[in-house]
Amino acid sequence: MSGKPQNALPHILIVNDSVIRCEGAWTIPHLTMLNTLLTTIQWPAVEDVVWDVMNIQVMDTGGAIVLHRTLTELRSQGKRISLIGLRPEFDDLLQMVSSHWDRVCEVTPEPERFREKVQGWISQQTLHALNGVGFAGEAAVNCFRALRRPSLIRWRALFHRLELDGFHALPITGLLAFLMGVVIAYQGAEQLRQFGANIYVVDLVGISLFREIAPLIVAILIAGRSGSAYAAQIGTMSVTEELDAVRTLGLSPMQLLVLPRVFALVIAVPLLTVYADILGVIGGALIAFNQLNVSGVEFVERFEEAVALRHFFIGIGKAPWFAVIIALVGCYQGFQIRGSVDDVGRRTTVGVVQSIFLVIVFDAVCSIVFSWWNI
Amino acid sequence: MTLEMTHTETPVIEVSHVSTRFGDTVVHEDINLTIMQGEIFAIAGGNGSGKTTLLREIIGLQTPAEGTIRLFGQDVSGFGERGAQNAYRRFGVMFQQGALFSSLTLAENVAVPLHEHTDVPPELVRDIVALKIATVGLPMDSAGKYPSELSGGMRRRAALARAIVMDPELVFLDEPTAGLDPIIAAGFDELVLHLKAILGLTMVMVTHDLDSLWRIADRVAMLGNGKILGTGTMKELAGSTDPHIHEYFHGPRGRAARSQYGV
Repeated sequence: MSGKPQNALPHILIVNDSVIRCEGAWTIPHLTMLNTLLTTIQWPAVEDVVWDVMNIQVMDTGGAIVLHRTLTELRSQGKRISLIGLRPEFDDLLQMVSSHWDRVCEVTPEPERFREKVQGWISQQTLHALNGVGFAGEAAVNCFRALRRPSLIRWRALFHRLELDGFHALPITGLLAFLMGVVIAYQGAEQLRQFGANIYVVDLVGISLFREIAPLIVAILIAGRSGSAYAAQIGTMSVTEELDAVRTLGLSPMQLLVLPRVFALVIAVPLLTVYADILGVIGGALIAFNQLNVSGVEFVERFEEAVALRHFFIGIGKAPWFAVIIALVGCYQGFQIRGSVDDVGRRTTVGVVQSIFLVIVFDAVCSIVFSWWNI
Repeated sequence: MTLEMTHTETPVIEVSHVSTRFGDTVVHEDINLTIMQGEIFAIAGGNGSGKTTLLREIIGLQTPAEGTIRLFGQDVSGFGERGAQNAYRRFGVMFQQGALFSSLTLAENVAVPLHEHTDVPPELVRDIVALKIATVGLPMDSAGKYPSELSGGMRRRAALARAIVMDPELVFLDEPTAGLDPIIAAGFDELVLHLKAILGLTMVMVTHDLDSLWRIADRVAMLGNGKILGTGTMKELAGSTDPHIHEYFHGPRGRAARSQYGV
């Protein structure tokens, strides 16, 4: 509204029992003041009141709302109020407020009931779980179809993903695996030295790395690196309607987006696991030499007899399944993103957390099963 | 148009000798504009003529390579952090895509300026927001919806409600009617006129909707080839001899829009 150079503060004066005078700037910056003024004021008991509003210098929508609200309230208490001296432009404003007032009053936020909330949550979670299973099934069908007819596989996309999600992950995976080897050897060194069982550091490092640590470290890294990227990429494509374009061009998002990612990870994660195995063992050997005086030759000799080949195979046997979990969860969460920027962030987080969770659950189940079979 | 009645002769925006370049591409060359208080000023021109860029420069979102822009008599480039804060309270902007915050509901979106810049009590905020939502013609049950649940036209209206919630002196509209159906677009024009009449707003609008230009613009500046090809009322521009302006107004669509307004 015009006249923003700050005018006098708003004021309501009770001149006498039948005349009330309003003054000053009835604008949004002064609404708080007006509001406190109105709650503390003692209205005269007379029924016929004249409101002299000639001295209201500026008024905006906020001020008009306050005026209208007060007048309506007083009128509903049986007072007869006549407004005098209202400027025509303020009258327009007041007219506008009163013409929309019924609709404004409609807005009463209905509190959501607790039971309905819980029910809604449960049904939503069930739906999510079912959708997830459905998605996995669809992906499986497409995978088999593609394996039977390799021409369906998008090789370019597959190799591109292999480079981004496999090759580019080498440095960080290697470093982490190396450090894990160092950590395990260090932790073991203290205990083993007490019993003079220094050489057993080889068993410790070799078996734990091969069977569990290396595949898990790789899986967690890939979930954070690639799983999140899958969710965000596919989600953004959905927001920008690219997914719809893919569908209307007669292409299948499954074949175009999901399969290359699943295949790429199924190839990359086992390879990365082997690589992590090697670097982890090097890290362990270094600490074994440094802290426990186990020489390189001794380490290798002991390694050959202590660490059975099956540990290695169990480790890399789990890796492709980890890969499938990560790729599918990431892509699934991506497809769930609808429309909003907020969704992208939320679903990406959910995707990473879920895939790491599922990987660890799967790993735990494997451990139990293997121990039944005594391998 | 009741031009003379609504104008007071205070310039709200003065653009002088503004040039803009992106690398080697020249977007504007020596642009001069004066926008008066109380008028609906339209910046028209073809796609890629730099309309939106000019608007962004006036708002201070982008800095021109040369020239000065004065908003409310103050140089935009010299605003600094606090000056800009104060200026942002005096004008509202409605962006092309609405630019509603997707994590907030419609009502929360409209309430953002009130929450951030004032200490208006919550029940009054609710009333003001509801009133603005009603003013722009949105149904009340849309207040709790998120932007992704609204149609394009509704989002545009919601963005307008947010732009005017503080009763600013000046409102910028970036292509308010682009992509709206003719009925809703016409409704939008009426809404703009209605708001101007009641709130006494000055509006700066970027558009290439010829119907809108004829219906609501008090004055129009035609941008083309990086320059202002002409400024004036639509009637004046329609009579211009400049080949670009002529093509703009006398193409098949231009003729159709013009004939409605009997020129």
